[in-house]
Formats: sequence, structure tokens, C-alpha cells
Amino acid sequence: MTVAPALLRLENVVKYFPIRTGTLARRTVAQIRAVDGVSLAVRSGETLGLVGETGSGKSTLARCVTRLQDLTAGRIVFAGTDISRLSRHRLRPIRRDLQIIFQDPYGSLNPHRRVGSIIAEPFAVHRLAGGAERRHRVQELMELVGLNPEHYNRFPAEFSGGQRQRIGIARALALRPRLLICDEPVSALDVSIQAQILNLLVDLQDELSLTYVFIAHDLSVVRHVSDRVAVMYLGKVVEVAPVEQIYRRPRHPYTAALLSAEPVPDPDASDRRNRIVLAGDPPSPVDPPPGCPFHPRCFRAQPRCAVEAPALTPRLDDGPDHPTACHFPLGEP
Amino acid sequence: MKLLEVTDLAVSFPTADGLVRAVRGVSFSVDSGQTLGIVGESGSGKSVAMLTLLGLVRGADVSGQALFEGESLLDMPEPRLRAVRGGRVGMVFQDPLTSLHPQYRVGWQIVEAIRAHQRTPRAAAHRRAVELLRLVGIPRPEQRVDDYPHQFSGGMRQRALIAMALANDPLLVIADEPTTALDATVQAQILLLLTRIRQELGTAIIMISHDLGVIAEVADQVVVMYAGRTAEVADRRTVFRRPHHPYTVGLLRSLPAPADDAIRAGRLRPIPGLPPSLIDLPPGCPFHPRCRYAMEMCRDVEPELRPVDGGPGHRSACWLPADAVGMSDSAEHRRLAAGPSPGRAA
Repeated sequence: MTVAPALLRLENVVKYFPIRTGTLARRTVAQIRAVDGVSLAVRSGETLGLVGETGSGKSTLARCVTRLQDLTAGRIVFAGTDISRLSRHRLRPIRRDLQIIFQDPYGSLNPHRRVGSIIAEPFAVHRLAGGAERRHRVQELMELVGLNPEHYNRFPAEFSGGQRQRIGIARALALRPRLLICDEPVSALDVSIQAQILNLLVDLQDELSLTYVFIAHDLSVVRHVSDRVAVMYLGKVVEVAPVEQIYRRPRHPYTAALLSAEPVPDPDASDRRNRIVLAGDPPSPVDPPPGCPFHPRCFRAQPRCAVEAPALTPRLDDGPDHPTACHFPLGEP
Repeated sequence: MKLLEVTDLAVSFPTADGLVRAVRGVSFSVDSGQTLGIVGESGSGKSVAMLTLLGLVRGADVSGQALFEGESLLDMPEPRLRAVRGGRVGMVFQDPLTSLHPQYRVGWQIVEAIRAHQRTPRAAAHRRAVELLRLVGIPRPEQRVDDYPHQFSGGMRQRALIAMALANDPLLVIADEPTTALDATVQAQILLLLTRIRQELGTAIIMISHDLGVIAEVADQVVVMYAGRTAEVADRRTVFRRPHHPYTVGLLRSLPAPADDAIRAGRLRPIPGLPPSLIDLPPGCPFHPRCRYAMEMCRDVEPELRPVDGGPGHRSACWLPADAVGMSDSAEHRRLAAGPSPGRAA
């Protein structure tokens, strides 16, 4: 089996946000370590799922990849080009290939603009397809994502949550990108509508040979769409693996706890389950614990974990596709 | 006697656009020490129904009956209702940040909740607040009782709100999406806490959620709501294993396979279309425009809840034959075979 080449490569990406005090002499008193050294590759045509709890840095990472945030350190290589320090002007052609959709279908659409002009925005920014041609392309996009093209002149308020998410998707697809970052695209939607949008995203991937980075906190949703999954905790990737492997044989204790914490819509399964309930809350990214960031909540922690940060590397017979950052992974004595 | 018995509750709001019929004839009951799960999507009326029982909706037209320990809640004078609210009935809401006052210490707020209902000296109420925080699993409660809400994490704030809801030894706690704003690992902690409270204190719980997983985890009895109506009522095993109403079946089918299931599901089978507008409801069954088994009569006559075959106490508001229960292929066959038969209307 040949592995598709990496379309996107992250090398040791770091994003710190300074915390400043003082009114005249602004001093930086601390750093929020939102993303703290992430290396990942996304292969052409695949869906990489990115899971983690609030504050794990997954959304900040998405904003770094799309350069909506500047990096503190590290490199982002997209389609062979290092984009981590490109100027706004030089980024513009890259943005045609690299698009993002957001969680909130209410906040991400301008309420005063008509749907047609919202979806046409990328054409305007990149000075593509004018006049009747633009209108035609927009209506094609609306049809592609399952909206009625006759609703071209309506305002966002006239659409339901699911339909608004379709508008966001149409806008992101306008320039035929190669990589689409989906940041919690279905979290705000009701179950019956969520399934409609997930099916749409899967269909579009087949039709347009898209590559996805799919960020979500719902593990069953991530499992449904992903080929590989990366788990983040406190700004770091703690485990990456092909989807079935990570769900069946998680190595990192945090991955295992996260999987077992998810409520299952099946009474028998939920009665049978051995739940790992973690103590405490995730620690603050301002002052992450030394050593392994997970050790204060970990049920397998040993003295070494508090001192030495584990490297993200394959354990046991897992193979190069399944690295874990843990000194004492599950399945090892 | 039932602890809470709600019969034919209807709530509507007159607005400039027309009458919003948020709840249309909902009935359910809760026994002492039982957990009732109410599941439904946005706009199904689940929260409005609960707020109405507690007298927390303004400008609404309310009808029906709600008996709590045999006393009628809906026509109770405000002072008496105040004694029930936060006293014999505790409440926990979704957003733990906005439910606490940011400028008062957590302990002070719990003390207020106690002293609003009991003649207790401040010092004793303070000791009780510490005890409550310990009960809900706040570490070092003697110190944390003097913290402000912003010093608590999301999970701890929700624990503090649960402590407040338990302050006056309620018989019933109404929890409206109590874990929706929380992360998975913290949600698991809170669900465990609620289960423990029911076991140790014998408190009945009404758990409102849009998350079928949460409901499967905690509920004994489940009410499925759609467009302001009860679509289906059953014990939790029946609802998930042998559902009758096509809406319940559709919800379960819309879900991706659980994360630890053996196989990954193929294409999802969403419910087509959108929930109806509560101002302009379709005639007949409110679900018929989205229902693949809809028959002639479904368009004309709204079905009432009636007993069906899934298990004892299983009731469904659907015209399909009573034996069309379950998620299997044969159940699907029975549903499809029902076909249009306008003559079956009573």
C-alpha cells in the first residue's frame, strides 16, 4: 500500500498568548501555552480527526494552520510551501486552496448581507468570475450543498441552523480548495440535522477529492468521518492512530478515559461498560504541570511522569502510524 | 401517590407573528427516587414545560394540571410557589457561569438559598454550605466556600449549582441540560454525581437533554418530545431497543455508531427536512411531513398517546400498528407494510 504524500505538514508548531498587565508599561507576566509543540502530517485525500477538550488547543491550531493567527514558533508546510511566515499578500493564493468552516452558523455569517453575496465573497476577494458568471457559480454551489438556488436573495436569518452551516460550507468551497478545516462543524446542530451535514461533508469529499481536518469533541462523530485521529491534551498531541486502532486499542490513558467518558445511546452497553472517571479538571495552560501534562489526572502515573515529558513515538508493536506520548501506555506492564 | 403528576399541560405565547404553541398537551409523572429523562431537539418544548411548572414563564397562556405532592402547581399563589421553588424542588440549569452571580462568593450564594427557605442562623447555614460542597465533590470545601465563581472551573461551578439545588433537601431536582456545556470527562463526573445523589438521598430527578447518550445513561423512564407534544413514553431499555414512534427511530438512526462499537456505521440516515414552525403547525401528526411511513390519516388526524407493544407502560403517539416496534429489519417491514389505510381512523 502506498501512502499518499502529505498535503499539510506541521513541524513543532507553537502558539503562546501573552498575558499582560500594567496600563502604561505593559509587561508580559505569563504565557498561555495554547499550542505547545505540535507535529502532524495530513495526507492528500484523507480526513484527520482532531479531538480534545476545551483548552486543548485544537481550535487555536486550526487558526494557526489557516494563518488567522501567527505562530510563535514552528513551521507549517502546505503543498510543499512553507506558509508559516508568508506575508498577507503572498498568502492570498494559498488561501484559495486552504479554507475553514466554523462551529457557529449564526456568528460566522454577516446578518446584513444576502446569502448570494456571502457565498460570492471569495470570488470578490480574489477577483474571479464577475457578473452573471459569478451568480451562476454561486447558484451551482448552493445546489451542491443542498440549498435551493432560488433563495439567493434571502438573508441568513431566514435560514435554519443546518441551512446556515450549508451556507458556510458553500462559501468555503467556492474556490475549490484542496484542504478544508472543519472546526466543530456540527456541534451546534440538533441530532437529526447533524446527520444531514455529516453526510453532505462525506459526499463532497468524494465528489471534489477534498482533504479534511475535522475538529470535534464528539468522539462518535469523529470516528464516523475520520481515517486517522489525533488526540490533543493541553496543547500537545498525545496519540495519533488510524481510526479503528485508536478506538479499539487506545494506548494513551487519556484517550482511553475520553473514550469511556462518552455517553452511549444504548442502555445495555452503558451498563456493561467499565468507565474510567478521571479526577479533577484539565489544568490551566498558563501553568501546565511539569513532565507529562496529563500526569496529575492519570490513573497510571508514576514518579517519572512528573519529571520527564514523554516523546510522541510508536509503542510496542504499534508501527509508525500509531505514536503515543506516554511512559506507561496501556497494554504495557 | 406520584411525586409529580402532569396532565395535559399546554403553554402558548402570544407574539406579534402569531400564537407560538410551545407545549401542546403533555402528560407525564415522576415517582420518588426515580429519574425521568425528557429528550427532544431545540424547540420541542421540553424546557418551556419545566419552566412553566415552576412558574418561571411570563406572558404565557397555560392550561392543564400539575400536581406536586398532590398540590396544584399551576394555580398556586406566588408566595407558596416560591417555597416550592428552590425548596422542595431544586433546579440546575445548563449554563453554570450565568447561573451564579459573579460578584458574590459561592458560599454566600448557597447560604442565601438556604436562608430563603429555612430560619437558620448564618453560621449554621455556612456550615451547611461547606457540607453541601463536600457532598458534591468540591475539594477543600472549607476554603473553596469563600471563592468567587470565576475561581471555579466549569465542572466545579456545575457542582456548586447542584449543591445549591440540594440545599433544602428537595424531593425533586429538575436538571435542564446540566452537562451540555461541559467536556466529556467532566460530564462523566457530573452524571455520576447525579446518580449518586439519587441513590444516597433518594431525590427524584427530571433530566432534560438533547443527548440520547446522556438519557440512556441516567434515566429510568424516558419521554420523547417533538413539536410540543409527547411522541413516545417508555422505560429506557424499551425506548432504545424497541421504539415505536418513527421520530424516535429516526433520531436513533441519525447517530453515528458509538465510539466503542464494534463496527463503524456506513452512511448515516438523517431525518429529512426540518422541525415545523410552532406558529404554523402542519395539520394532523406534526411529524408527518418528515415521516417516511406517513399515511393518509396522518395528514388529517393528530394521534393521541396510546399503548403499544414495546414493553409495559410503553405508549406512542403514532398511527402505525402497535406491534411495529424495534430497530430491526422485520420491524421496518411491519412499518412499511402498514401502508395508507384511511379507514383506520376512529
